[in-house]
Amino acid sequence: MPAAKKAAKPAPPEDPVPVDYRTIDRVTGPLLFVREVEKAAYGEMVEIALSSGERRQGQVLDSRRGLAIVQVFGPTMGMSVDRTSVKFLGRVATLPVSDEMLGRVFNGLGEPRDGGPPIVSDQELDIVGNAMNPYSREEPSEFIQTGLSNIDVMNTLVRGQKLPIFSGAGLPHNQLAAQIVRQARLRNSNESFAVIFAAMGITSEEANFFLKEFESTGALERTVVFLNLSSDPSAERIITPRMALTTAEFLAYERDMHILVVLTDMTNYCEALREVAAAREEVPGRRGYPGYMYTDLATLYERAGKIHGRKGSITQLPILTMPADDITHPIPDLTGYITEGQIVASRELQRRGVYPPIDVLVSLSRLMNQGIGPGRTREDHRGVADQLFASYATGKDQRALSAIVGEEALSAVDRIYLHIAERFENEFVKQRPDEDRTIDRSLEIAWEILSELPESELKRIKPEFLQKYYRPKTGAPASGP
Amino acid sequence: MGVVARVSGPVVVAEGLADAKMYDVVRVGDLGLVGEIIRLVGATATVQVYEDTTGLRPGDKVENTGQALSVELGPGLLTSIYDGVQRPLEILQANLGDFIARGFVAAPLNETKGWEFTATAAAGSEVGPGALLGTVPETPLILHRILVPPGVKGTLSALKSGTFTIRDPIGLVQTAQGPVPLFLSHKWVVRIPRPVREKLPPTIPLITGQRVIDTFFPVAKGGTAAIPGPFGSGKTVTQQQLAKWSDADVVVYVGCGERGNEMTEVLATFPNLQDPKSKRPLMERTILIANTSNMPVAAREASVYTGITIAEYYRDMGYDVALMADSTSRWAEAMREISGRLEEMPGEEGYPAYLGRRIAEFYERSGRVVTLSPEKRLGSITVVGAVSPPGGDFSEPVSQNTLRVTRVFWALDAQLASRRHFPSINWLQSYSLYAADLEPWYRTEIAPEWMGLRQRAVEILQEESELQEIVQLVGVDALPERQKAVLDVSRMLREDYLQQSAYDDVDTYTSIQKQYRMLRAILGFGEREQAAIARGATVQEIQKLPVRQKLSRMKWIPEAGLAGAFDDLETEMEAAVAAAGRGA
Repeated sequence: MPAAKKAAKPAPPEDPVPVDYRTIDRVTGPLLFVREVEKAAYGEMVEIALSSGERRQGQVLDSRRGLAIVQVFGPTMGMSVDRTSVKFLGRVATLPVSDEMLGRVFNGLGEPRDGGPPIVSDQELDIVGNAMNPYSREEPSEFIQTGLSNIDVMNTLVRGQKLPIFSGAGLPHNQLAAQIVRQARLRNSNESFAVIFAAMGITSEEANFFLKEFESTGALERTVVFLNLSSDPSAERIITPRMALTTAEFLAYERDMHILVVLTDMTNYCEALREVAAAREEVPGRRGYPGYMYTDLATLYERAGKIHGRKGSITQLPILTMPADDITHPIPDLTGYITEGQIVASRELQRRGVYPPIDVLVSLSRLMNQGIGPGRTREDHRGVADQLFASYATGKDQRALSAIVGEEALSAVDRIYLHIAERFENEFVKQRPDEDRTIDRSLEIAWEILSELPESELKRIKPEFLQKYYRPKTGAPASGP
Repeated sequence: MGVVARVSGPVVVAEGLADAKMYDVVRVGDLGLVGEIIRLVGATATVQVYEDTTGLRPGDKVENTGQALSVELGPGLLTSIYDGVQRPLEILQANLGDFIARGFVAAPLNETKGWEFTATAAAGSEVGPGALLGTVPETPLILHRILVPPGVKGTLSALKSGTFTIRDPIGLVQTAQGPVPLFLSHKWVVRIPRPVREKLPPTIPLITGQRVIDTFFPVAKGGTAAIPGPFGSGKTVTQQQLAKWSDADVVVYVGCGERGNEMTEVLATFPNLQDPKSKRPLMERTILIANTSNMPVAAREASVYTGITIAEYYRDMGYDVALMADSTSRWAEAMREISGRLEEMPGEEGYPAYLGRRIAEFYERSGRVVTLSPEKRLGSITVVGAVSPPGGDFSEPVSQNTLRVTRVFWALDAQLASRRHFPSINWLQSYSLYAADLEPWYRTEIAPEWMGLRQRAVEILQEESELQEIVQLVGVDALPERQKAVLDVSRMLREDYLQQSAYDDVDTYTSIQKQYRMLRAILGFGEREQAAIARGATVQEIQKLPVRQKLSRMKWIPEAGLAGAFDDLETEMEAAVAAAGRGA
């Protein structure tokens, strides 16, 4: 609870007059090494005054007697060693929060970017925040209908989940994310989400796409935007998602809102992390990324969830581009170990002209089981999804096989699988960017495709559901005597 | 009293700590953040702090408690959920709200609850470490045996039954060093293994109700197993299935640097699940340690030690304990992070040079043992560690160091997971080195033919993988009927036996007797199929037999009335396959 958070943070002993230090010893990358500082607090905010009169913000990363290492949010360009002064502010990074934030656009540090007035509030929250007590968490179980068959049926999203989109350069992840944001809602409810959009190092073109999208659907007044563009300082990116998540926690847990947080692009965030680590000359882990990147990412992703006894929720939709489509790259790899599944975009489907190009076989939603079944989606959902997974996997195997031995060498059943894989991609996965399918419609399409198979092949579906939904076409191979 | 000289993330350097010892617990700053000394140079100590250090500054005070990091062991551990340094999360929530604030100290065990203690030892007798003093009914499932703590030896001068809290003395031992009062609980340093008399070779399997594990890659009670796998391959589900269904008396589940919602799932499901034997809620035999990925990294490092020390405590009472650690990679990463902050010379991939030693020491705390008690008492700890190799590459240091010391390897396979073959344990890559040790048990407890059946199934799966290579080149129709029949049986093994749904009410647990009958039915079908083919029947014809579909649904046969149902099935199968290839 943010109030408890504040109470637990000690008021750091305020110096009567904050001293200006003019003892910068070294500037490397985004770091300042300030000498003769005796008592800087770890994580303390600092204000840096340049000789030009310009002011920038920073934060203490390492504090020892006589030296404080300060990370600068913003460019270090124009900073001189002898004529720059540093003031330690005696407080950690905080963000003033209020209802007024909805509909506003901020920069990566939480300052207005839309020309509007700054947020004035007596409530300032620590942007790092304490970890949520696992005992307080409520199990996410409310089905979110995204209107996309391959997410709703195969990799179901639930409220309070963190489900990233793993994409690659040139794939339509932005379009996909925008479609999810636009269509996401609870089944049989029109209650929509408030959206917190945090952009880290994306191009202004991408940012404009999202802003226009929010504007055209009228979602902007229920949206808070934090923009750090690729031209903005990279060290700022480390703060941006924390600003966004602090806002999300305020709106979710104190204002009872359901929040969908879109974080894009996490790859840029991790790169900023690496840049700072390299400037500090830390021992690098895999591919030069810092050894604590897992922990650092976890402090972001784990801020999704629901809390017992509170109405609001935070659902996260981080987007990351996999360098060279490599899912074993440290960024997607560590993300996948923290998030509750992943939606993976596929270049192969993109080439085949399938939108959304989501490879369901490598995609996963870990919380799917809690969100589906009778009362939530439909009784046959689990079985249908499992059967589709297995059948599509078999179909793809047959596709690979038929490329070598020819379709004629396949058995009759295998040819059906081959056909099913085609139909699955073209009828089930493929849909228009503005097509919003209900879960019932998606399951209906699934049954149409599965009904091509003889009953004996449908092992994943319980007999009572076969009885109810399985409608084999005449002419389909008999299901045995 | 010392002072802070430097703060860098979870690592704090303190000066002026005279008389400090390695691994002493210190309290840092005005908040009293808990830390542990991990390096000493003169009076300068390097401390890893178990809580977020934001706001600490040079000059803040550092107090040495003079004690090493310990856990408190006594009644009330079961059903608890702790963080990595044994703070009860329930108490934290009651005092701090939904987010964990810093510097809060909570007693690990309820200090005011009265426990019904029945003394069994007689005053005046000579007692030594591990001797049974009496019992406390801790939960309906577990009788908590109160023992003389390690290191205490002498004459029991007083002991009484009655209702006591863990702070009330229950008796007194006159030792050579003077009188030592006895309590229901005592403390133990987590980094020191609790002593045992002797380690025994493992001879009894830990029955888990998971077919692929119990049948093909069993782990012994007191054994060690590793589950490495990339994300999404089902490590956590497998670990949770073991925590739910394995026939251990006590389960310690360490969620080390993993997802918060996963612990929530455990908390939400375990109280509603029943132990298959006693029909009591599984929570009554379970202790959870949850140090999720966003909780402080140093406490994550400590969490596996906290878990194994609690496991040892119940082992000493004579129980079979299973410890699941999910994931040991996060523990190793915590070591790497601390090591990096200490600016130690890194070993492979930035991990500290002592990584292998620490992993080996941890797994060495498993085992089936004779406890210190005067009478012969046996207990065991089975350790199952999940490993999360980056990119699913098993050649990385944590996987390799783990495989060197564990004797069961359940290799999770992303390929299988992506086609929703769960548990996605690859049957060609995995192994169990206990299979031979456990053979006598299976022979006498299940059936003399068990090992033969298992061997036959392994051969069929092996043959399938070879045949698949041929099929890849020439197509399945080019195979002779005999080999098509092999593919048919192996497919049944894969789909109807190895695959098991953790989410299906019946399929989630299969008793070892049912496993035996299922395996016998599939292999029996395979043999008869081969015989029918020799008589001129075709695989296609046999595949269409209605009994074939019944075999696919064997997994849903209820455990009650198991033998009769399988007898009927086998009779029907025999008749049906015998008819094939005759009249046609």
